[in-house]
Amino acid sequence: MTDIAEAFAAAFSLVYHLDSDLGEIVLLSLQVSVGAVAVASAVGLPLGAAVALFRFPGRGAIVVILNALMGLPPVVVGLVVYLVLSRAGPLGVLGLLFTPTAMVIAQVLLVTPIIAALARQVIEDLWVEYEEQLRSLGATPRRALMALLWDGRVSLLTAVLAGFGRAIAEVGAVMIVGGNIDHVTRVMTTAIALEVSKGDLALALGLGIVLVALSIAVSAAAALLRGTLAQGRPR
Amino acid sequence: MRLPGRSRGRVFRLFTALALALLFAVPGALAGDFITVASTTSTQNAGLFDHLLPLFEAETGIEVRVVAVGTGQALRLARNGDADLLLVHDRPSEEAFVAEGYGSARFDLMYNDFVVVGPASDPAGIAGMGDAAAALAGIAAVEAPFVSRGDDSGTHRRERARWAAAGVDPTGASGTWYREAGQGMGATLNTATMMEAYTLADRGTWLSMRGRLDLRILVEGDAQLRNQYGVTLVSPERHPHVKAALARRFAEWLISPGGQAAIDGFTIDGERLFIPNAN
Amino acid sequence: MTVPSILPLELRAVSFERDRQRLLKSVSMRVASGPKTIIMGPNGAGKSLLLRLCHGLIAPSEGTVLWHGAAGRDPLRFQAMVMQRPVMLRRSVAANIDFALSLRRIPRPERRQLIADALERTGLGAFARVPARVLSFGEQQRLALARSWALHPQVLFLDEPTANLDPAATHVIEGVIEAMAEEGTKIIMTTHDLGQARRLADEVMFLHRGRLLEHAAAGTFFAGPQNELASAFLRGELLWWERRELTPPRA
Repeated sequence: MTDIAEAFAAAFSLVYHLDSDLGEIVLLSLQVSVGAVAVASAVGLPLGAAVALFRFPGRGAIVVILNALMGLPPVVVGLVVYLVLSRAGPLGVLGLLFTPTAMVIAQVLLVTPIIAALARQVIEDLWVEYEEQLRSLGATPRRALMALLWDGRVSLLTAVLAGFGRAIAEVGAVMIVGGNIDHVTRVMTTAIALEVSKGDLALALGLGIVLVALSIAVSAAAALLRGTLAQGRPR
Repeated sequence: MRLPGRSRGRVFRLFTALALALLFAVPGALAGDFITVASTTSTQNAGLFDHLLPLFEAETGIEVRVVAVGTGQALRLARNGDADLLLVHDRPSEEAFVAEGYGSARFDLMYNDFVVVGPASDPAGIAGMGDAAAALAGIAAVEAPFVSRGDDSGTHRRERARWAAAGVDPTGASGTWYREAGQGMGATLNTATMMEAYTLADRGTWLSMRGRLDLRILVEGDAQLRNQYGVTLVSPERHPHVKAALARRFAEWLISPGGQAAIDGFTIDGERLFIPNAN
Repeated sequence: MTVPSILPLELRAVSFERDRQRLLKSVSMRVASGPKTIIMGPNGAGKSLLLRLCHGLIAPSEGTVLWHGAAGRDPLRFQAMVMQRPVMLRRSVAANIDFALSLRRIPRPERRQLIADALERTGLGAFARVPARVLSFGEQQRLALARSWALHPQVLFLDEPTANLDPAATHVIEGVIEAMAEEGTKIIMTTHDLGQARRLADEVMFLHRGRLLEHAAAGTFFAGPQNELASAFLRGELLWWERRELTPPRA
């Protein structure tokens, strides 16, 4: 019990004193996860829509794989990205290991399947409704895809948020490829893991409380955006 | 919620501006000259780097980025060329690292010691013993709970060596009285407190955490528990991209009188955590 | 319109099969520009399928659909269709029309006028900025018509556009259809509402169990259909479809 009380005190004190290290960590967490989700959305949304729209050999297998990849363990992704970006690995010359870029890459791999799989479901449901009308109007596949992505925007925002939730809460992958270097690659989750390993549970939980508050702020912002996007939804 | 068209546009602009500001905000540290050091969780958890690095950076302008992992993983990182410098505490593997050509030089840096800690009740009755191996044998004899790091770290390697000296293979009992945490030193000490178990800890982490732990030192002073830290340069011949010159500057600073004094001056509650011993 | 018409439309022995069931059986017909064509028949006769085949949304299993006036142009570009259940994009009323116009590559400055005209003539002018899916069912169907009208198609297919509407809403829709026909759009529409057929039809096709049984001018058809099933349908015999012994003559 005392630990929990201390945790709230620690969280409050961190925020109240506008701890500059905390600010840096929060900013980097947002940069990495928002960046990863932006890239994953740019890839995953059209990918999901394409799988929903087009019939091609192996499509069923892709759907199964996408759904399965939603549960990819972050540590495995981290390890794979480490092996690729390591100096001994195929992309070692880029020198990206232990940089925020490496963390973004790992999170993109984690988040893209989630966004793509959820987008596929959303777009497929919408396509059932829209197909004949869009073909009647003479929409090319590309225009049909764009129209479906735009009209599915409210549900797709939820898919993107699910991806963001995964990214911001994930520790296994960013720990391995980022290295949890102070002032360089330390984010909320790796800072929490560090405090746990130091045995400072109250501070760890305090950081956790800040992380939860951050997630709430992001989803509140998304709700505001959703309200704006939803113009055009049924009553 | 329905917004009039104009304020809807405003919300969109706001979001776009926020997103752009976020993505282009300059991260705290601008990348100038920096080196990457692969080190151990014990040195990081004790807070040594927070004490040393600002001093070095102020003197040289070189940023030192520490990746703190278990000794096994640190060696692996350095072997792959992903670090410029190695700062760990498992002398045999450090020397092998140099012998195999991955490292160009190794220096003794500092030491402290390992201690066997456990609950005050001390069910195995090992308090005050001077021989760690005998103490471990005593724990095994009564099958008192023992938490191992279990992560191939330097501490874990030392623990395994003492079990071997005691003639006990505890891995057969893994999951019963012998518990492999697979975690860092701090988490392992916390686990030992919860389980009222014994464990082997480095003195640095012990000192930095003991206020929060319900454990006490039971065995110390065994020469076999000396914990020697070394600093090893990764060979630029094996990995041409390593920042050999910068890494050498850091290593030389660490073993210089100034660096050694800085290590000597790192205390918690008036107790010195590491004793410098570069020669 | 100076653009030459894609009509006449001809179907040559068109059949359509799905899941081994023959849903349309060797339908041959020819429709020319001008008269409003109403396709009648009970539920399940294949009216919707026939419309979709003509519009090109589905391909025939056998036979051919020919647009004699197409002259190498894509006939779909000169057609529009209103579905039984209106499909509204999740955007404003005006944006729904704008989307259809943009697909036809109509330049943006021209679109604004086309949208305003179509909305005004369907009585939706006040709703331009309202989300389309907030409209009532009848209003949505009017918007679907407005969307088609803005395209100024040569041929407009309508699949039971008033099937789920009350008389007042039906009246509005029929008015719009008449107005489009007067502007030169060829109307091809299905219905199972006899009254509506009488009000709108210039010529009637009667479809039953996938076969085209009769194709006649409206006056002739309503005065006395040649086919016994059609006359039973006109008399409103509820059980007429059970009279299996009345197998129709081979087409």
